[in-house]
Amino acid sequence: MSQFAINVLFVGASFALYIGIAIWAKAGSTKDFYVAGGGVHPITNGMAIGADWMSAASFISMAGLIAAGGYANSTFLMGWTGGYVLLATLLAPYLRKFGKFTVPEFIGDRFYSKKARLVAVICLIVASVTYVIGQMAGAGVAFSRFLEVDATMGLIIAAIVVFFYSVLGGMKGITYTQVAQYCVLITAYTIPAVFISLELTGNPLPPLGLFSEHDGSGMPLLAKLNEVITELGFNEYTADVDNKLNMVLFTLSLMIGTAGLPHVIIRFFTVPKVADARWSAGWALVFIALLYLTAPAVASMARLNLMTTIYPDGPTAEPIQYDERPNWVREWEVTGLIQYEDKNDDGRIQLYNDTEAFAPTAEQRGWAGNELEVNRDILVLANPEIANLPGWVIGLIAAGGLAAALSTAAGLLLAISSAISHDLIKGSINPNISEKGELLAARISMSVAIIVATYLGANPPGFAAQVVALAFGIAGASLFPALMMGIFSKRVNNKGAIAGMLTGLVFTLVYIFVYKGWFFIPGTNNLADIPANWVLGISPLSIGAVGAIINFAVAFSISKATAAPPQEIQDLVESVRYPKGAGMAADH
Amino acid sequence: MADEKPNAEAYWAANLRLIAGCLVVWALVSYGCAILLRPLLAGIPVGGTDLGFWFAQQGSILTFIGIIFFYAWKMNRLDKKFGLGE
Repeated sequence: MSQFAINVLFVGASFALYIGIAIWAKAGSTKDFYVAGGGVHPITNGMAIGADWMSAASFISMAGLIAAGGYANSTFLMGWTGGYVLLATLLAPYLRKFGKFTVPEFIGDRFYSKKARLVAVICLIVASVTYVIGQMAGAGVAFSRFLEVDATMGLIIAAIVVFFYSVLGGMKGITYTQVAQYCVLITAYTIPAVFISLELTGNPLPPLGLFSEHDGSGMPLLAKLNEVITELGFNEYTADVDNKLNMVLFTLSLMIGTAGLPHVIIRFFTVPKVADARWSAGWALVFIALLYLTAPAVASMARLNLMTTIYPDGPTAEPIQYDERPNWVREWEVTGLIQYEDKNDDGRIQLYNDTEAFAPTAEQRGWAGNELEVNRDILVLANPEIANLPGWVIGLIAAGGLAAALSTAAGLLLAISSAISHDLIKGSINPNISEKGELLAARISMSVAIIVATYLGANPPGFAAQVVALAFGIAGASLFPALMMGIFSKRVNNKGAIAGMLTGLVFTLVYIFVYKGWFFIPGTNNLADIPANWVLGISPLSIGAVGAIINFAVAFSISKATAAPPQEIQDLVESVRYPKGAGMAADH
Repeated sequence: MADEKPNAEAYWAANLRLIAGCLVVWALVSYGCAILLRPLLAGIPVGGTDLGFWFAQQGSILTFIGIIFFYAWKMNRLDKKFGLGE
């Protein structure tokens, strides 16, 4: 059977499974559509949160970025797991007690203002659409490779699949489908990693393999990797970073974004009890950690494998002939995501770090520039092929990557559509809208979001995980502070919250747009996105943390200068703090 | 009903203390050991690199899991102790 046929078989079978589950658990009422009737066990919910959470960014893109950046990109690992501590302690149990459908609904009620609710809707939509752009970019890469088409065609196919997939089902369908998707994606991610870890270190557990000895050289794996890549002009993989401020802010940005993203928060509305919201966060992190502990192993091992493929006799010997390149390079060339240019006309592939410091060595070796451009988003998908694993493993990783991208895209689109139909239309424009009309509005808004995200996904403002990181910064700077202050302070009032959210959002967006292009339209940026241009060395990916600090400061000072919230709001805050009586709230 | 208010206040104060403790550990492993304090831990070797690298790529994630389960367990006991659970 050809590889193409195997891929189609695996992807097709996994899709049949999801669609089967979606039909079996078809959403009936609007409440089912949004929160799955409130009856999901913490472990099941944890798994569903895991699938919802781990997107194309975690599955397809993250290990590639860690492979390229080494220690410096550990920020993704800590940021996207550490946020769960904030969720479990600062937000989830209280929002569950509050017992409403959506994040803007909480903000609107707590800050007793329709305006606050509308501002929250805007923040939610901006963050979620940015996030979906990243998913589209990732899913596009996956489809283009496995259906052997170019990247734009892959993106369009991804958009069509996401459309049918999300617009037809609701939350209930999604919860059980996502449990299936979690199983598919974690199997797909770990199996190739186990094979590769065995091959390179003899240890079947990738997280242990990462710190084991490299078979063949007898050196620790990471030391071997450092040696190979420094010979080619790259920084040491484990090297410390100079710009610690940026690293701290980036990690913080990802953490508060995790806690502020609406599609994860609404998951906690679906557990029966307040205590379950806390356990759900713990279980979710356990399931997420299975992938996050494997990812750094995948990253370093894939990097080493890539280098040994190109330099089979070691980095100081000649690299391989282009005509003898392995099959996976040929296949990825079709997508345009690997590009080769023979700059010194010697017919070989020189892959190295083209810097001034390395120029003398390169000249001495007769090299005229780096000749192989490898898109970082392909690393995980190409990993089994780079390691010569059997065809079914490649089919499996295709199914896993698509599961990751689709489950998250579906969760986000649900959050966007409920914000528009429930908060915007039912909550303020037309409160008398029928249930049927509300569902229709939800589906139309999903479709519009898909179209916008696909258009911008064709020229994404970064690799999938970086685009997603921007979305986290936006959510962290706007929604997270409002939610947290809403629970922990009785003094913050409507005016303070609205001003805080707006300044946090606008400040963060402007900083991002200046470097990444206005509304992410390529070519409209005012300054090149390079470290030399960043204010105090803070990258656009890290600015969300600063936005959040500004949000808190503005909200507190304006609240101090204006009247305290009315007594019934202070009572509401009081009641959110104690689990007692949550059952009644859920029936609302 | 009369003594419910101070009871609730004590519950909330205990919760805030617990959260503060959890977040100190949370910040210490990630921002501390993995980032800012890494140079101080550079002398402790772990599989070809140093302890700070391990914290950045594994240690902090494992600690986060521990923190959440510890918090959930402690809060369940607080809920019962103060009679404010469901």
